Amino acid sequence: MGMTVVEKVLARATGQAAAKAGDVLEPAVDVAMSHENAALVLNQFLEIYQGTGLEPRVWDPSRIAIIFDHRVPAESAKTATNQQKTREFAAQQGITRFHDIRGDEGGICHQVLPESGYVLPGYVVVGTDSHTTTHGALGAFALGIGATEMASVWALGTLLNFEVPRTIKVVVTGKLGRHVSPKDLILHLLGKLTSQGANFKVIEFHGETIRNMSTCGRLVLCNMSVEAGATSGIVPSDDETHRYLREEAGVRGELRAVTPDRDAVYDQVVEIDVSTLSPQVACPHAVDNVKPVEAVQGVRVNQIVIGSCTNGRLDDLAAAAGILKGRKIARSVRMLVFPASWKVYREALKRGYLGDLMDAGAVIMNPGCGCCLGIHQGALADGDVALSTTNRNFPGRMGNPKSEVYLCSPEVAASSALAGVIKDPRMGD
Amino acid sequence: MSANQKAGNESQTSTVVMALGNDISTDAIYPGRFMATVLPTETPQYAFADYPEFRAQLKDGRMPANSVIVAGANFGCGSSREQAVSCLRGHDLTIVAKSFGRIFLQNAVNLGLKALACAEIEACAGDTLEITEDSIHNKSTGKRFAIQPLPPTKQAMMAAGGLIAYTRQRLLARHSGV
Repeated sequence: MGMTVVEKVLARATGQAAAKAGDVLEPAVDVAMSHENAALVLNQFLEIYQGTGLEPRVWDPSRIAIIFDHRVPAESAKTATNQQKTREFAAQQGITRFHDIRGDEGGICHQVLPESGYVLPGYVVVGTDSHTTTHGALGAFALGIGATEMASVWALGTLLNFEVPRTIKVVVTGKLGRHVSPKDLILHLLGKLTSQGANFKVIEFHGETIRNMSTCGRLVLCNMSVEAGATSGIVPSDDETHRYLREEAGVRGELRAVTPDRDAVYDQVVEIDVSTLSPQVACPHAVDNVKPVEAVQGVRVNQIVIGSCTNGRLDDLAAAAGILKGRKIARSVRMLVFPASWKVYREALKRGYLGDLMDAGAVIMNPGCGCCLGIHQGALADGDVALSTTNRNFPGRMGNPKSEVYLCSPEVAASSALAGVIKDPRMGD
Repeated sequence: MSANQKAGNESQTSTVVMALGNDISTDAIYPGRFMATVLPTETPQYAFADYPEFRAQLKDGRMPANSVIVAGANFGCGSSREQAVSCLRGHDLTIVAKSFGRIFLQNAVNLGLKALACAEIEACAGDTLEITEDSIHNKSTGKRFAIQPLPPTKQAMMAAGGLIAYTRQRLLARHSGV
């Protein structure tokens, strides 16, 4: 019987010839990523060692990555203190993949990992962040876990009692239209699957549309797979994966090819033709409350957000700048742009995108999670409506339960910024 | 531990303190703006921070013994933040939901929060539930519902006292060469 990608990855990670959905395994972890919540992980890690007489040492400091992104620079003394504890721990344990608040290597963990070449096809990646699913775009099996589970990984280097998930195969055909992007595809899929349609399962992406898509776009698909509950999104590795890793992430050495067997067994197959797909919008207060942009045109917006681990990459900034260049956003809106990393920031600056966005009236923020989860920067007023390229719109997500969040692509965000209301980017002027 | 709480197959009489719908996210259970607070000893103060009435009830210590939150499908969806589990664990709450988000359920097992999956559950705030190992009897409506058991691997973790104790055992076994 053939294997899906996740079955192959987990077979290798346990040194077995084969694995199948439902098997309970103890896979070895290749990359263990945390952000500010490393402060909780290290608290739990030290607790594991209590009373053992053993000195607390992480299993392999070279496989741990810590990236500060949720509250950078620190918004409070509490955060600063947590960051300081983590900084000291990283130094003490010899964790070299530690990305502090720095303009040369900082950014959102789900951009820093790929662009630094930390994630390779066939890897098992765990992160104390639900959007760790993002890294499946490079042919890895990548999943979010809690802080205590991460503490266990830091101690043992394996995931205990892990059940191999079943896989949903999504086959995408057709060419995305002008101003229609990977974000629209994933929002459309979320509407179809619902917020729990892939709970405990993996989504494997296939088809000509995926083969022709940049890694930047694939990261968007895998990032939001978790919004259907998926354990991981996965794009089988191909030439584009290898191109990205060689040219953009500076990876040398051998790269594994990770593809499913022809006779792999899938839980479900979903087919999507994107050739007539409209830009999509997820309406308050659910990620699966998805409508074509035509159905929500004219909704007043107060704050436009472009950025996050979903849509803060170069393709996204290019798309927004392309629409806003030489124009002015409506005086009734505030527009915040959070590039996903300083590397992205620098490249967008060099290409003139940031200048175009600023000239249009946008505020360029420092790379980080920003207002996506309502911690700091860009708080919403009572009654405010945000239109955002981020990934969640649960009640109160951006910090104010009396506000509303709509989710969309950078193209829809940019055209709506000009109009002050939600506007289809295909409508032109 | 209250007098009603017994081990094994014995039943526990519980009170529903809040009934919620589907897709209650970790943002609702523990809003992102409190994420700088991480320690399980400190998180309970922010449980359901945007539900003023319920929060007041938690704060005043007006919770009946064996309090239960009943919810629809996909409880705990969204973020992996463990605070969403530790804050409920700190109030000694039991969660009965039609289903749970994957990460939340795993975190509940890891931290020893009682999270019972009960696909058909129907209950309102104020109802009295008789909970046994495999079923829930809503004494206020007379209806009975089956509990879907955790897989054996998760039960083993619960039985060990949570993931910290379980990992500690593994670590010691590894170091003693077992």
